[in-house]
Amino acid sequence: MSATVKDDAVIGKGFPRKELQRLLRGRGRYVADIKLPRMLHLAFVRSPHPHARIVDIQTAEALASPGVVGVYIGKEFTDSEPLVGIALHRRGHKSAPQYPMAVDRAVWQGQPVAAVVAETRAEAEDAAELVQVEWEELPAITSGEEAVAPDAKAIHPEIGDNLAFEHTISVNDPEKTLAQSHIVVEQSFRFERQTGLPLETRGMIADWNPGDESLTVHYAHQSPFQMQEIFSRHLGIPPLKIRVIAPDVGGGFGIKLNIYGEDLAVVMIARRLGRPVKFISDRLESLVSDAHARDHDIVAKMGVSAEGRITSMWLDDLGAVGAYGMPFRFNVAEGMMCITMAGACYDFSSYWGRTRSVYVNKNLVGMYRGVGIPLACIVTEVLADKAARQLGMDPADFRRLNHRRKEDLPCVTPNGSQLDTVSFEECFEKVLKLMDYDALRKEQADLRKRGILRGIGLASFVEATSYGPPYYGPSQASISTQDGCTLRLEPAGVVRCITSLTDQGQGTLTGIAQIVAEAVGLSFDQVEVMGNDSAISPYGGGAWASRGMAVGGEAALNAGRALKQNIIALAAAITQNLPEALDIKAGEIVNKESGAAVLSVAELGRIAYFRQDTLPKDADVQLSVTRSFADNHKHYYMANGIQASYVEVDEATGFIKLLGHWAVDDCGRIINPLQVDEQVRGGVVQGIGAVLYEEFMYGPGGGLQNGSLVDYLIPAASEMPDIHVAHVETPERTTQLGAKGIGEAGLIGAMGALWVSVNDALQPLGATVAHQPFTPERVLLAIKAAKAGR
Amino acid sequence: MKYPDFAYVRPASLGEALDCLQKYGDSAIPLAGGQSLLATLAMRLSSPEILVDITGLTELSEIAREGDTIRIGALVKHVQLLQSPIVRGATPLFTAALPHVAHVAIRNRGTFGGSLAFADPAAELPACLVALGGTLVLGSSAGRREIGAEDFFTGLLETDLRPGELILEARVPAQAPGSRWNFSELSRRHGDFPLAGLAAVMSPMSEARLVYLGCADRPKLATATAGMLRGASYPLKDVPGLAAALAEDLDPADTPGCSAETRLQLAGTLTYRVLNDLQEIPAR
Repeated sequence: MSATVKDDAVIGKGFPRKELQRLLRGRGRYVADIKLPRMLHLAFVRSPHPHARIVDIQTAEALASPGVVGVYIGKEFTDSEPLVGIALHRRGHKSAPQYPMAVDRAVWQGQPVAAVVAETRAEAEDAAELVQVEWEELPAITSGEEAVAPDAKAIHPEIGDNLAFEHTISVNDPEKTLAQSHIVVEQSFRFERQTGLPLETRGMIADWNPGDESLTVHYAHQSPFQMQEIFSRHLGIPPLKIRVIAPDVGGGFGIKLNIYGEDLAVVMIARRLGRPVKFISDRLESLVSDAHARDHDIVAKMGVSAEGRITSMWLDDLGAVGAYGMPFRFNVAEGMMCITMAGACYDFSSYWGRTRSVYVNKNLVGMYRGVGIPLACIVTEVLADKAARQLGMDPADFRRLNHRRKEDLPCVTPNGSQLDTVSFEECFEKVLKLMDYDALRKEQADLRKRGILRGIGLASFVEATSYGPPYYGPSQASISTQDGCTLRLEPAGVVRCITSLTDQGQGTLTGIAQIVAEAVGLSFDQVEVMGNDSAISPYGGGAWASRGMAVGGEAALNAGRALKQNIIALAAAITQNLPEALDIKAGEIVNKESGAAVLSVAELGRIAYFRQDTLPKDADVQLSVTRSFADNHKHYYMANGIQASYVEVDEATGFIKLLGHWAVDDCGRIINPLQVDEQVRGGVVQGIGAVLYEEFMYGPGGGLQNGSLVDYLIPAASEMPDIHVAHVETPERTTQLGAKGIGEAGLIGAMGALWVSVNDALQPLGATVAHQPFTPERVLLAIKAAKAGR
Repeated sequence: MKYPDFAYVRPASLGEALDCLQKYGDSAIPLAGGQSLLATLAMRLSSPEILVDITGLTELSEIAREGDTIRIGALVKHVQLLQSPIVRGATPLFTAALPHVAHVAIRNRGTFGGSLAFADPAAELPACLVALGGTLVLGSSAGRREIGAEDFFTGLLETDLRPGELILEARVPAQAPGSRWNFSELSRRHGDFPLAGLAAVMSPMSEARLVYLGCADRPKLATATAGMLRGASYPLKDVPGLAAALAEDLDPADTPGCSAETRLQLAGTLTYRVLNDLQEIPAR
């Protein structure tokens, strides 16, 4: 916890989440819990092939199945405005139009081709098995490399080829700088596909009311206003007639920020039937159809001087982004973040980077925690260790020498990252102390003599949070990067708050309650917060890009301060004091100087709502306020951190054991240290999952081979190390609150630290593993290759 | 992930259950702990006409010792087996293996008979039963028969169980005095089916009984390996011929993420580790 937290402060204290007891007692209300009168259930029939022509679909038998109300196929939905996932400001970015379901060709395995609606989900599944699709299998493009091969067939001939987007950065003569460097280290990297896997799968209920032609969607989503915009734009429903409500949501990680063809199909079917339709994705569907992530091949180089200073970086990224562009959120983000954030923590000025996003016959890649920043971190840190080793330097000394210094801030890195209040050196020194770096290195050296392979990995990183107006505005995606907060003082002297943010379990709403309580001068339990309901909350983006506290929190702070001002003005009128002389503390209006209680906020509330007759005639009673906030010209806030990992590799089995993990993070002002620490730990676990376990495996023809949690492995409690978390707190300069964001840091740093530590462990064998996830087999193959190369 | 439609019956006695299985034959599946069956139903990988719920047949839930034989009822839950003093005393190989069987929640429901009937070649209990030289007692409305564990497992998820038959119990000889045992496996995460595993029992007067998990289509004795190790001196290190013997005994499949070659390599590593550690375990 921050040392600066005062006893009467609410911000900075580790309150448990407000909804925790309710959820633990089984009283959560997730989409699956909601039952509407006359509600129907929908099940999709999905393509079993990565690429196939639909020769014929027979639905009569399914339609006759018990309980079935309707069976729909893709070509019935071509009257909607198709989804086209391109960012208009990215020159050359292209995508084929995507309809809610496959029309005459399926281009990825798992793409919906028909929908069955029945009285129960079981009946819908029974009937879905009776939909007969005659397929003509077509050759599939299964990798990024295949997609860009000169003779590659375009998946969508109408857009010419499979290249969705290409971008190159070249600053300060990178070729020459590399050539003149004392050493150049090089490494190629492979990142397999994975997904975000929230505990609650995707789900929605679309409720079309033919009476007033209005649409209500109960939707496990991170951004209800985004979906209001989508339903309006693509289905031609006036925005005022659309209400999107996010109830309790069990994890998002970006998966529930993306836009899916199913979203449109479910709403269109509900509109046709005039009955509420529920679609809950089951786990098997989730694995094939939730947005995927990663799937990158990267080659990178780092030039280093004889003294160990980085001179230049070179990075070529190829990302296989699936069969279409991800609508609104785009598929260029992983690659762009990778090439713009690589090396951000280190001081060098020459850079070359290229990213290519290419279409393949696989599920769409969308937003997932960290997006492309983990790749940037891994590439940089693996090269840094390699360079340090080649120069005979300790990896920590190498980083100490190269970290960007505080006195050089603010600055823009050669590849365009804007750094301001970052604290690389402070975080770095803190983590070394926390983990007792020197003692671990000694232990590692001692154990190496006995043939035990232990590795230590350090990874500095940046986390760009709260992507703002200059980022999303020019894309013309109509994504709100501002957030709003409405406060209402009630007669009992307590505040109801409704924020445009959402909460998927990370404690956003609890943090908002703390900010409002402190800003107004109330205690934590005197504030209740509701999240985003597009019909009643102020307009705003929701929770994504680690923006809740930074953007929505700033709006809440401004709203709280405005309400406080109004309360004090009224209290001054009631008690015949000067407003300047009054303050509010823990629900009491007090004299600022003496601290003496003047009037309780509850008493003020009673007078303001029920005894206006006792107020001066011209008293202006304004006890509801709304404030919005956006940083109009800010691309993002830049948080940073460092993580360290200590592992043991079993040379004979290739198994990796995690012995310890340390994270030092600077997310700016910490609103709730308990939630922040758990965000870090949760992120670390997902990062460990990515590096050690998670992988969609495809056969030679592009078919998915592990579509269930039996063999798509996710990290489990038994294998996790102790995760030690500490902080440096450098507030954001441009906001009152000073929060930056913490959602993605855990994952970014963990992936980097684990890549480095495993490879550090393999050093005595001269082996390098650079194919994620690091399965026992890949580790064994790396060891074998190193032995063969000797 | 909803179950397909099926009928359900919960017989009150073993006789009734066997009659029911007789009546429906191939289209009936007995429901015990449900830890594999219910998942396959939800994934619609299996679609029986009728589930015969045998969980009420308490006579199949007992562990008893009769002289040198341990009788383990088909409905004995994993947790019961793990905590049984009889099992710990007479067949401690089971006790060593059971912590590797999935997780507490699954061990609280999963049954011994269910694991044998499912016949996963990477599962712990079938391998242990073969290593211990146990037999299974199968019942049907026509009567009972007994079959050696090694003959019972006939292939990948396949057994000699005939339509209308139910596993009633296993009979396991107590481990001989002076015998040593060890169990270990290499699984990606605790509780997963292993990439490779080894159940081993060594008795003074007879050959080692080694059964590898996940390295063939069924649990079976690795006789070539055991023969090759006859008279070997411990600790084992770089034994020439071990790889060849394992290749003779085992026939792992290439699976996504783990090739047959890797599994053989892991089996070799396990052989050294399990048998060397076994020497350190006090004999019975």
